Amino acid sequence: MVASTPKPQSTNRIGLTLADYKGSPSTLCDGCGHDAITSQIIKAFYELGIEPHNVAKLSGIGCSSKTPAYFLNRAHGFNSTHGRMPSVATGVSLANKDLRLIGVSGDGDTASIGLGQFCHLVRRNVPMIYIVENNGVYGLTKGQFSATADLGSKLKTGVLNELPPIDLCGLAIELGCGFVARSFAGDPKQLVALLKAAASHKGTAVLDVISPCVTFNNHEGSTKSYKYAKEMETPLHELGYIPFFEQITVDYEPGTVTDIELHDGSHLRLKKTERNYDATNRALAVETIAKAAEEKQFLTGLLYIDEKKDNFTDLMHVVDTPIVNIPDSQLRPGKEVLDEVMKGLM
Amino acid sequence: MKTLEANAAQKVESGRIVNDFSIEVATVNGSGSQSSNTVLMRSIFQMGIPVSGKNLFPSNIAGLPTWFTIRVNKDGYIARKKEIDILVAMNPQTAMEDVKNLKPGAVCISPQELNLTAVRSDVKHYPVPFTELAAKATENIKLRKLVTNMIYVGVVAELLDIDQAEIENAIRRQFKKKQSAADLNIKASDTGREWAKENIKKDDPYYVEKMNKTAGKIIIDGNAASALGCMFAGIQVAAWYPITPSSSLTESLIDYMKKYRVDKESGKATFNIVQAEDELAAIGMALGAGWAGARAMTSTSGPGISLMAEFAGYGYFTEIPVVIFDVQRVGPSTGMPTRTSQADLISAYYLSHGDTKHIVLLPGSVAECYQFAHDSFDLAERFQQPVFVLSDLDLGMNNWMSDPFEYPKTPMDRGKIMTAEMLEAGKEFARYKDVDGDGIPYRTLPGTNHPNAAYFTRGSGHNEKAGYTERPDDYVKLMDRLLKKLETAKKHIPQPIIDKNAKAKIGIIAFGSSDPAIGESRDQLKAANVETSYLRLRALPLTDDVKAFIESHERTYIVEQNRDGQLKDIIVSEYPELATKIRSIRHYDGLPLDARFVTDSIQSQEK
Repeated sequence: MVASTPKPQSTNRIGLTLADYKGSPSTLCDGCGHDAITSQIIKAFYELGIEPHNVAKLSGIGCSSKTPAYFLNRAHGFNSTHGRMPSVATGVSLANKDLRLIGVSGDGDTASIGLGQFCHLVRRNVPMIYIVENNGVYGLTKGQFSATADLGSKLKTGVLNELPPIDLCGLAIELGCGFVARSFAGDPKQLVALLKAAASHKGTAVLDVISPCVTFNNHEGSTKSYKYAKEMETPLHELGYIPFFEQITVDYEPGTVTDIELHDGSHLRLKKTERNYDATNRALAVETIAKAAEEKQFLTGLLYIDEKKDNFTDLMHVVDTPIVNIPDSQLRPGKEVLDEVMKGLM
Repeated sequence: MKTLEANAAQKVESGRIVNDFSIEVATVNGSGSQSSNTVLMRSIFQMGIPVSGKNLFPSNIAGLPTWFTIRVNKDGYIARKKEIDILVAMNPQTAMEDVKNLKPGAVCISPQELNLTAVRSDVKHYPVPFTELAAKATENIKLRKLVTNMIYVGVVAELLDIDQAEIENAIRRQFKKKQSAADLNIKASDTGREWAKENIKKDDPYYVEKMNKTAGKIIIDGNAASALGCMFAGIQVAAWYPITPSSSLTESLIDYMKKYRVDKESGKATFNIVQAEDELAAIGMALGAGWAGARAMTSTSGPGISLMAEFAGYGYFTEIPVVIFDVQRVGPSTGMPTRTSQADLISAYYLSHGDTKHIVLLPGSVAECYQFAHDSFDLAERFQQPVFVLSDLDLGMNNWMSDPFEYPKTPMDRGKIMTAEMLEAGKEFARYKDVDGDGIPYRTLPGTNHPNAAYFTRGSGHNEKAGYTERPDDYVKLMDRLLKKLETAKKHIPQPIIDKNAKAKIGIIAFGSSDPAIGESRDQLKAANVETSYLRLRALPLTDDVKAFIESHERTYIVEQNRDGQLKDIIVSEYPELATKIRSIRHYDGLPLDARFVTDSIQSQEK
């Protein structure tokens, strides 16, 4: 018998395998949209060749907030309290601006209990990817409506939602967010491109991803079911992401594609559909979201992007070394400083 | 001689009471009297006489009454003194009541037009034509109200015989950057002084005389002292939400850090201080920063402590270093935001749902505000848990005389951190494993470049490797280790200060800003032949010293500034067998504790 040589494992640009980006096995329900998103996070970070040890993954409380345990085992994780992940992420960023932050939240965690902190995170433009795994219900507490449930949406028990939803994308744009996208867990191609683009963005990147709850909100009458989302999804554009370390090779017909250069030198290609959507137009984005809500459309893609906005780190006017890496000797002023202060108080 | 009965300690020699009295200035909030009162206090301090000042102010921007009391005391007693010897009644709203509250023989300086003379004939009145004098001091009508404040300083200075040079020095110091303002104020104080010299026939016993008891001393408020402690602890991140009486702690910190913690070459900060959207976010940011390896703190007061409860428990359970300053005010609810209290002791010690006990430091002076602020960061990182520093409005916002602060003697203790090099050398890492037997595990910091460095921090049940667990034995093991950590901490927290008096049958236990009043009360008791021992508690958890102290006295009075006897409750719950030896004295009207209250409370029970 001839021993077959094992197939060489493929690696990314920093020599790591896909397995190096995986996490512990998921404990969510089979078929949960969140697991599909987790897979795309693993894929995006692997393909980008991001050093996993340099990532901090954060979350709040809920089904979605469990998922950071399911990807990037080589990254430190912080599963915080309900709705408070934004403040923790802000603190981590203040301490160590060189860490790449990815936060995973849900619609309950972000749109209800954590709405205030979400708003202030976006307002500060803390550099991080902020994913909302949006299924319109509270899963862990067995299926109550969340604040993103659509008007007229029906619970399994037949209860009708009579309150209007909070549109997190519209809100983020209103608050000045420089990267706002909506996607669908069942559209991996679009999702992975958006995740990569978000990783190349300088400030807060908000991704509102419709992620069906197979147990509590996947029935007829739900507007967050796989069936509904699949039927209704209307992409605003086709997305292509070219990382900074790859050459741009694909040609395109002039006028059919918008090319956006991202903060780290990567490029996002937005191939136009018949809508001719301009993702750099804030007013258009607001109008489009409002209209889509009115007409019960499910629009996905990059809703708004502004690559010029200063992020929170820029605004703090701090030294280049991350605060946490400043040696102790530079943190404690010398005795002469204390003497000077004391003299002034005598 | 009713005056003497009211205050037996005050010595009258040949009609003079020297360097032993209190002045109260009653004004309207927002009228600009604070500068004048500081000048008055400062000038007496500059004459070498021990002095303390307390600002009793309303929760209001302008219009409500405010009182500033200055205690001048040659023996160095700096607690609040209940009896007012000299009243400057500038506020028409409260003048009547202010005068009525005076003891017989007290002095009252007031605007002529208030006609207070008739209200109390047993008080020495000095009516002053302030309106007229203000017009003399400045032609600018808008400034007349302001200069009136400095005119009363001049009148008081003349009456008490405060050095004019010290008044001028204090004014120059107060208006450092504004030459014209200093000149105007000096002129105003002169106007008052000259008028008093010509028109007042002094008929009261109060005088100041130069001493040498303040040379080398500083005057500072507790919040600024805490801020200095943070800076010399090498603080890296602070997140806060404005709240009285703690706002000035972080605001002082910002001022100091901007001056002394900016990189000289680039002009950029070596720290991050963020005003958060609320206390929930403030503690969240501080915890996030602590988790990432920074020395981080937040400062707040009672309502903020309530809001921080959830994250405090999170920090305790997941073992994240963070420092929380609580400058206590009167609660519950909004309570009396500008009045002092020690009623957050229990909520801070046990803050959170579930079984929780925190390390709580209890500074009793401005020097300890500085020292404990510094120590708290070492303790937080050593024990990987939230550390509370509880001062109060009296300590935090009032000016206190102190010896200059000492430069830290030890390098920063960054605690047990597992580095990439240690991992590379083959060290085993399990985030929540007690490898040294002291209950304290090792932690890695995010960004550590090693495949084994990462762990998952979760508020849910976790085993030694930080994995999710609901196993009963895992949970019990974790909770017991957290308790063990607290046990280890007992050796590292500030130990009680004990003054054991062999002759004493009774002991006194107190903490925080009660200290000056206790010291003075013990002297009063001694004068009445009641010998006492004193244990000043400086931190929680309790140590065996407390138990031994109570055991070695027939009775121990626990004196505290809250309604329920919170320290008493903690002590009794820890040492139930000592309950019968403990008596509780509680002061909770929002005013700083005074010695006479303590003395009377003890004496009434000792009869």
